Amino acid sequence: MFDPMFFTPFATGLLVAAVLPVLGMYLRLREEWLAALAFAQLAAAGSLAAAIFGMPVLIGGLGLSGMAAAGKAWLVRSGNNGYAMLMVAGWGASILMLANAPLADHLGHALFDGQLYFTGRSHLWSMAAFAVVAAALMQWLSRKLLLERMFPDFFRASGLSATRFHLLFDLLVAGGLALATASIGVMAAFAVVFIPTMIAYQWGRSWRRSIAIAALVSIAAYVIAFEIALVEDQPFGPVLVLALVLAAAFAWSLKTLIARSAGPVPARRRP
Amino acid sequence: MHDAVPPLPGEHPLLALDRLVAGYDRPVVGPLSFHLAPGEIAALWGPNGSGKTTVLNAIGGGAHIFGGSVTRRPGLRVSHQHQSALPLQDVPLCGRELLALTCADARALPDTMKPLLRRMLSELSGGQLQFLQVWACLTAPVDLVLLDEPTNNVDPASIALVGDAIRRVRAERAVLLISHDRDFVEALGARIVTVERQ
Repeated sequence: MFDPMFFTPFATGLLVAAVLPVLGMYLRLREEWLAALAFAQLAAAGSLAAAIFGMPVLIGGLGLSGMAAAGKAWLVRSGNNGYAMLMVAGWGASILMLANAPLADHLGHALFDGQLYFTGRSHLWSMAAFAVVAAALMQWLSRKLLLERMFPDFFRASGLSATRFHLLFDLLVAGGLALATASIGVMAAFAVVFIPTMIAYQWGRSWRRSIAIAALVSIAAYVIAFEIALVEDQPFGPVLVLALVLAAAFAWSLKTLIARSAGPVPARRRP
Repeated sequence: MHDAVPPLPGEHPLLALDRLVAGYDRPVVGPLSFHLAPGEIAALWGPNGSGKTTVLNAIGGGAHIFGGSVTRRPGLRVSHQHQSALPLQDVPLCGRELLALTCADARALPDTMKPLLRRMLSELSGGQLQFLQVWACLTAPVDLVLLDEPTNNVDPASIALVGDAIRRVRAERAVLLISHDRDFVEALGARIVTVERQ
């Protein structure tokens, strides 16, 4: 990974692995993790469309997922149905473009197989800039997102408008997933958002610690997957996804083992 | 129910309800009128289904106003504790982080409750969660506190702590609460505002 040939893709993926789980924590808080897969699929479709029309692929991915984020306010009324529709629409459009535009075939494989090793400096600088913007915005958004979820009446009574914060966060998620999809592929991007946060929710003893756990699990799985995929000459995306699935299985098994060795748990004293 | 309580001379109320009719798809409460002055504690009193929660929601912007008006002093900061349970769903928050969301005063928490700060919300009893919820709203930096059944599921010792907390903050805040616990309301010296079923 420190070979100059692979350093750029490694650094790009490392940024993805560090940043996306943090966004995933807030998506899970809002029970909107399916939106992540919808944005990733749309980003893939947008990238392919951009390639076919001779435009920068990152712009295409960011554009289509960004439009979906802006229109999400309408989608929220339909709950997960809306996200599922976006997901299958993005997938369907992508496959049709691949079938009818052979020139996009190479990009299509990169998007769906997750060929991190073919990313370049544009991906790295885009992801680095996004990481800086996301870190700054989430410092401001974090308390508002948590407050709106845990104390919705307090939030509303204080005259705070959830629409503005939701839109900003949704645009951030859409941007992050578009950039991640362009680097590590659709399903790997979704897995990085979903699985580390699932583990963090099981093991975290506070919100801060849970964010740290999610990021560390993601980074560890990423580094291992990067090395395995490189040494064994395997497509990176599936190796990362399976590494995360194994991490989740291990975490769940360890939690179960600890619970069993601790003995019966008293019933929760809740009415 | 028209329950007019005009403000005292020279008093600028924090909140003024004037023949308020409120509800959701249709009106469920009103017309209701009363004022709330700084430092005052008032309790909405009425049978189940009379619309007491709807009145709080109308003040907090969560119910539709069909008639009359709710006038808030400009710049009024409001906290609102809802009677339903927190939407936890295994969210990994600890007590300290919950209080930090409303900028509540964790240091002033009674000593018997301080161990709750380090514990996960999902490990707390319903009464302990309720207490933290109420504390988060009572000690937030606001001018008006709306409390909906703050003593639900709370043991007698904790009810006393809630009462102490309300009396402590009244110098800086007005409190409008709903409670079926008449003893609790009378111990606070709260003004009773009657809400009758439509």
